[in-house]
Amino acid sequence: MTREYETVIGLEVHVELATHTKIFCGCSTAFGAVPNAHTCPVCTGMPGSLPVLNKKVLEHAVAVGLATNCEITRYCKFDRKNYFYPDNPQNYQISQLYLPICRNGYVEIETALGGRKKVGIHEIHMEEDAGKLIHDDWEDVSLVDYNRSGVPLLEIVSEPDMRNAEEVIAYLEKLRLIIQYLRASDCKLQEGSMRADVNLSVREAGAETYGIRTEMKNLGSFRAISRAIEGEKERQIDLLESGGKVVQETRRWDEAKETSYAMRSKEDAQDYRYFPDPDLVPVRISDAFLEEIKNRQPEFRTEKMQRYKTEYDIPDYDIEIITSSKHMADLFEETVACGAAPKKVSNWLMVETLRLLKEKGLDPEDIRFSPAHLARLIALAESRVINSTVAKEVFEAMFEEDVDPDVYVEENGLKMVSEEGALLKTVKEVIAANPKSVEDYRGGKEKAIGFLVGQTMKAMKGKADPGAVGKLLKELL
Amino acid sequence: MANVISDETIEYVGILAKLELSGQEKEQARRDMGQMLDYIDKLKELDTSGVEPMSHVFQVQNVFREDVVTNGDGREESLCNAPQQKDGMFLVPKTFV
Amino acid sequence: MEKGFSTAVELATAIRQGKTTAVEAMETVLDRIGEVEECYNCYVAVDREAALKRAEAVQRRIRAGELTGQLAGVPVAIKDNLHVAGLPTTCASRILESYRSTFTATAVERLEDAGAVVVGKTNMDEFAMGSTTETSAWGVTKNPRNPEHVPGGSSGGSAAAVAAGECVFALGSDTGGSIRQPASHCGVVGLKPTYGTVSRYGLVAYGSSLDQVGPLSRTVEDCAVILEVLAARDEKDSTSIAREDTDFTKALVQDVRGMRIGIPKDYFGQGLDGEVRTAVLEAAQLLGRQGAMVEEFDLDLVEYAVPTYYTIAAAEASSNLERFDGVKYGYRTAGAEELHQMYKQTRSQGFGPEVKRRIMLGSFVLSSGYYDAYYLKALQVKAMIKAAFDQAFARYDCILSPVAPATAPRLGESLQDPLRMYLGDIYTVSANLAGLPAISLPCGVDHLGLPIGLQLMGDCFQEKKLLRVAYTYEQLRRDKASGQNPKQAPDIEPAHVIRQAPGAEPAHVIRQVTGAGLVQHSGEEASQQAYARRKEGM
Repeated sequence: MTREYETVIGLEVHVELATHTKIFCGCSTAFGAVPNAHTCPVCTGMPGSLPVLNKKVLEHAVAVGLATNCEITRYCKFDRKNYFYPDNPQNYQISQLYLPICRNGYVEIETALGGRKKVGIHEIHMEEDAGKLIHDDWEDVSLVDYNRSGVPLLEIVSEPDMRNAEEVIAYLEKLRLIIQYLRASDCKLQEGSMRADVNLSVREAGAETYGIRTEMKNLGSFRAISRAIEGEKERQIDLLESGGKVVQETRRWDEAKETSYAMRSKEDAQDYRYFPDPDLVPVRISDAFLEEIKNRQPEFRTEKMQRYKTEYDIPDYDIEIITSSKHMADLFEETVACGAAPKKVSNWLMVETLRLLKEKGLDPEDIRFSPAHLARLIALAESRVINSTVAKEVFEAMFEEDVDPDVYVEENGLKMVSEEGALLKTVKEVIAANPKSVEDYRGGKEKAIGFLVGQTMKAMKGKADPGAVGKLLKELL
Repeated sequence: MANVISDETIEYVGILAKLELSGQEKEQARRDMGQMLDYIDKLKELDTSGVEPMSHVFQVQNVFREDVVTNGDGREESLCNAPQQKDGMFLVPKTFV
Repeated sequence: MEKGFSTAVELATAIRQGKTTAVEAMETVLDRIGEVEECYNCYVAVDREAALKRAEAVQRRIRAGELTGQLAGVPVAIKDNLHVAGLPTTCASRILESYRSTFTATAVERLEDAGAVVVGKTNMDEFAMGSTTETSAWGVTKNPRNPEHVPGGSSGGSAAAVAAGECVFALGSDTGGSIRQPASHCGVVGLKPTYGTVSRYGLVAYGSSLDQVGPLSRTVEDCAVILEVLAARDEKDSTSIAREDTDFTKALVQDVRGMRIGIPKDYFGQGLDGEVRTAVLEAAQLLGRQGAMVEEFDLDLVEYAVPTYYTIAAAEASSNLERFDGVKYGYRTAGAEELHQMYKQTRSQGFGPEVKRRIMLGSFVLSSGYYDAYYLKALQVKAMIKAAFDQAFARYDCILSPVAPATAPRLGESLQDPLRMYLGDIYTVSANLAGLPAISLPCGVDHLGLPIGLQLMGDCFQEKKLLRVAYTYEQLRRDKASGQNPKQAPDIEPAHVIRQAPGAEPAHVIRQVTGAGLVQHSGEEASQQAYARRKEGM
């Protein structure tokens, strides 16, 4: 390479909003239904049906806009984007082009060098999701399921402010955290509730104008996004270096092959004939509405971290990790509210929870156990009803199925045996059965007591307090 | 006719509108569209600078639904008019290449 | 009044009083359909048994005292672009040939809740695009006044069914005159309400910002009663409006004293048929003699209304009709392996020429590079037209005009020159562009005995003023007619009973015409003679 190039990246992020119903009809947005169960005339594009806007969608959109420092468009409208595809039942998507709900915002990211950088948000608009196409190999046809058709989306369009994959990932993580804190979406890339299309161009370092950009779609993970950015950057530079030209086009990333290909077709004119949707009326955002949303904004991460520092006596590192997920932070606070000591709660989250998440390849958002159960488990361990080994076993069961620790301990007979009688009997038996160790201990080998404690615990099936066992042994010997 | 519509235009609009016109229909469409555009061009006589385009005739605003599920299982009604279906889904020519 | 030609109010009263039943009323209508439908082709679908069953159910509820409204038991015909659950809805298009509705349009639901009984679905121009009902995929509807002529359109089936006694009243939809113009051509009353007054939920959209559902009936009184039932805010239609002044029957007062009626000079210039002009102006004079202040005025931008209308309507239609693609419902071409091939063939085979013409135009005016020049420009002119009407309504309670430049054309004459056909909408499209209410009612007949319609346009939400003027005029005209022959009900009896051999002049035409007023009376007299002759023959 003779010249030096700069990569310019902008993102179009789609986020599925966490509403009960679709954006324009009263169908459920719940996952897991049989195909087309969550459909009606509106979201299947039946002739004669009409859309009515879900108020919650507007609330989420304004909340996300405020949290990303956007101007809220006080008079906004919906437009139709016309294109034919079977997952788009009306063959137009209701979206916003001319007057999107939010504009001119930014989020701040931390760069690799530890600095801070603002990534501009060009606009945020409300729109409807498409249905799902499933390929039927048997008949070599496609099948359409409209359950996702009409699920509300926010499209967040950034400025072309990012220069590498790290910044892109930092931007996405920041957005995700903000939106999760707002409970506007769970933002799962793998499940498609957060999707990112990458607009990328390259230009010679120092150039004033942008190069021709391409749009990359079908990026299902942070890894795919990174790989696609690297791949596309190289492809464009190679093109330019060999005297070619970049063509403005949409490309599809093939994650398995780690390569992209153009989605060109004579039949895709990319002329969407946007015009104001006559079936929906404009939205005017009043001062009162804006105030209400502002008042409802939650405590975001920075504020939360500050508060944790003063309120709870836990290490900064723990605070960092716990607040990096809204769900984890909520779990922490609610467990503390149930009476558990912050330090203990933090320990369970930082050690056992993170371990299990990692082992099972899950996100903090996937944690299913309830704060009440965690608090109870901590209480059981504290009051020595169970020992720490048993506590871990119970916790694993809770992690799997959110079992009630009291019930689990009872049903599995895991309570520590603390009655003097039973314990004394076992300890005496262990002493009788292990004369060698007894000799060693008496002979000054302190370590031998550990073996005897272990033997006793084994005999008690772990349901004893090792401290109490040690104490008793020492007394008897 | 002031507006001469080219074959390419008819071809292009055909792609947008998903209409495939026969040779004779195309010729007719070229003439019809040219004639209509000539007629619509009459609007160019008017100075509309500064006039706010009126997409909605009344100032009705802020019509919302509450976020409450009101629809039940819609499978039967959604699919009963389908030209072709399979496994409770609409069957179409393959969309993946 | 003759059996089968009673008004909705008369019929409902008779049913309420036990003089007849909803079932008898339905049987009468069905018998009439049996007699004349073959000739007129008003309906796309009539389900006799289901209609009778519905009538029986309604009759039970009337007897039980559950239904007491002014439409209880009255047979109604529904334009085929409004859904009635379980019945086909085809919009007179091949592309919806097998479609069955899974839900009922709110407007129809409101009528049914008031006890009206659906007879069937009426013929129309394909997707309401046309002015003659000749673009229907299911054959033309003939004008019951003279089957050599079209009934107008696009709600031609509805207007003809009312005129022919094949229903008592009907629902239509009006995007650029589609209720008023066929009402005019068939000699019945038709009303397009203020935009947003009647829910559009369940109406297959043509031009969403222009479409309104409205009644076609035999009298202004019926029209008011039906509108009173239809008008309501619907939470399923974001553009529907909550109105409090929907007690339209209160406006049925025979008194126009002090009302200010404006006549736009530009509506009476070139292109207007002389007989129509005379009849309409005579109506204005008649109202003037009753104490209305009638004057001519200059309405701005008249010649820009039609091009503005066609740009907006075509643009919206091109988008609204994208959903007809062979995927979810309706016609799908056989044997297209590739997706876009399937789309194109389905749509090309499924839509008729007029629909394709408008889709092409609409797609073009929205396309990249033309949006500002055509579509946005049209939206701006629309704003200017609205302002011109605002100005007019600052001075007048209503605007009086013809409905159409001429009476119903002969079958087959109109489609050859689409642009000329579009120009025929000159008096009606403005009401849609500006969202105004407008009513069409009979005001005479031409030398062929074809009805002439009078249009009254009002300011937004001023249906009551229109109804008051229309009612007054209708009563005056009726009095005048009954002065000559007290038993007659003009403009109700179809002319087919004196059917002529093709090409022959209708027998009742009085050729020597000295003044338009004479023509009007002669025609009416003639149709009354025909009526009398038919009675004698029975």
